[in-house]
Amino acid sequence: MSPARTAATTRRVVHQLRRDPRTVAMLLVVPLVLLWLLERVFDAQPATFDRIGPALLALFPFVVMFLVTSVTTLRERTSGTLERLLSMPLGRLDLLVGYLAAFGLVAIVQAALASALMLGFLGLDVAGPAWLLVLVAVVDAILGCALGLFVSAFARTEFQAVQFMPAVVLPQFLLCGLLVPRDEMGAVLEAISWALPLSYAVDAMQRITVEADVSARTLLDLLVVVGAIVLSVALGAATLRRRTA
Amino acid sequence: MTEGATAVEIDGLRVVRGGRVVLDDLSLRLPAGRVTGLLGPSGSGKSTLLRSIVGVQVVERGTVRVLGLDAGSASLRTRVAYATQAASVYDDLGVEENLRYFAAVLGAPPGDIERVLAEVDLADQAVRPVRDLSGGQRSRVSLAVALLGVPELLVLDEPTVGLDPVLRADLWGLFRRLADAGRTLLVSSHVMDEATRCHELILMRDGAILAQLTPEALLARTGARDAEVAFLTLVRGSRAAAG
Repeated sequence: MSPARTAATTRRVVHQLRRDPRTVAMLLVVPLVLLWLLERVFDAQPATFDRIGPALLALFPFVVMFLVTSVTTLRERTSGTLERLLSMPLGRLDLLVGYLAAFGLVAIVQAALASALMLGFLGLDVAGPAWLLVLVAVVDAILGCALGLFVSAFARTEFQAVQFMPAVVLPQFLLCGLLVPRDEMGAVLEAISWALPLSYAVDAMQRITVEADVSARTLLDLLVVVGAIVLSVALGAATLRRRTA
Repeated sequence: MTEGATAVEIDGLRVVRGGRVVLDDLSLRLPAGRVTGLLGPSGSGKSTLLRSIVGVQVVERGTVRVLGLDAGSASLRTRVAYATQAASVYDDLGVEENLRYFAAVLGAPPGDIERVLAEVDLADQAVRPVRDLSGGQRSRVSLAVALLGVPELLVLDEPTVGLDPVLRADLWGLFRRLADAGRTLLVSSHVMDEATRCHELILMRDGAILAQLTPEALLARTGARDAEVAFLTLVRGSRAAAG
């Protein structure tokens, strides 16, 4: 892996995003609008908003980043630039980490904006520290990027890539413990939920909601999500082939 | 590279794509320091052969040696340049932004960008987004990427398609100059009249090599006026031999 080539890739992806202000606006604004809508929906039940708000703060950026990353990297494949890059001295991790860093920057801005909106304007009330809330939201958005990078290897067209959103994201949403606490699900479903990274992000968020102190469990949850990011990138690199049929 | 050296050696190459045998038992020697034209109708396996040489094609059988190494070896990645048939550049970036990125990946010196822009006659389009360019201009951006650095072997898949005659003549002039400087070029085309611009020709049809010879020898052997007629004569000859 070469830092210079990784940085060049990050710069290039950022330049591409800058040329596409509509996408950037959607990336940053859509989660904000959704969270605002959430607050309006629970207008009469502020306690419910305080309970599920943090979890959805983890979910919305995750979904948006997953979609954008998977489609963008697939475009690299269909435009022939991926084949060209892989015939050059670019490491597979240079490419993936370069992408992740560029979208990670977007994720940081997005999660910071969304957190500021929630804690400020929408008056979300959490017991734990605000910085930890932002950190979990950022890490979760980066997880969305990493998973998007990974699954784009299995899509041939952008149409297929979009289908991965419901396939990969919605089961994690259903099983993450937001709709029904995970220990109240059947044993099989609970076991599956332990294998899904979004569960840990939501767990961390729910703990921040009620615990004033930073508990070891919350940090462990965060570590699992970071581990899932590393694993996704490693799998993404493993599925990236220099030779294709 | 010395005169008479071999840049590419292929023996018994077999490639299957999508269940179809594209190349079968193909063998070939490519002379170094020359412009070799790879000519044949579309669907004859030219692109697959080029991909095999670059090392991005899954090969079922056979050996492909490039500059003395196995095709696709890590150390060949700066020594072999490749431009695919479809312009493989970023549509949403500017011409210069594209080149800057690929130059960084290749570790090419910064001055290279200006040089290759001049070589493909796009210096005045440097800041325009590739998306806004014409088809011919886009493929020249893609070609410019292949000219970055000092590749010893340039593999160019139909780089002159869709270009006007003046520009085509300029590019073939550039290819000859690169060869004079010791580089090896393998340039595919389905336009037969480009044959006369090459030092040497490889004529392909249905995944097999019909002939490898100089343009002069092609005309002499077939008694044809131009390369197009000569190619047809060769195809009929090979059919007659097979039948």
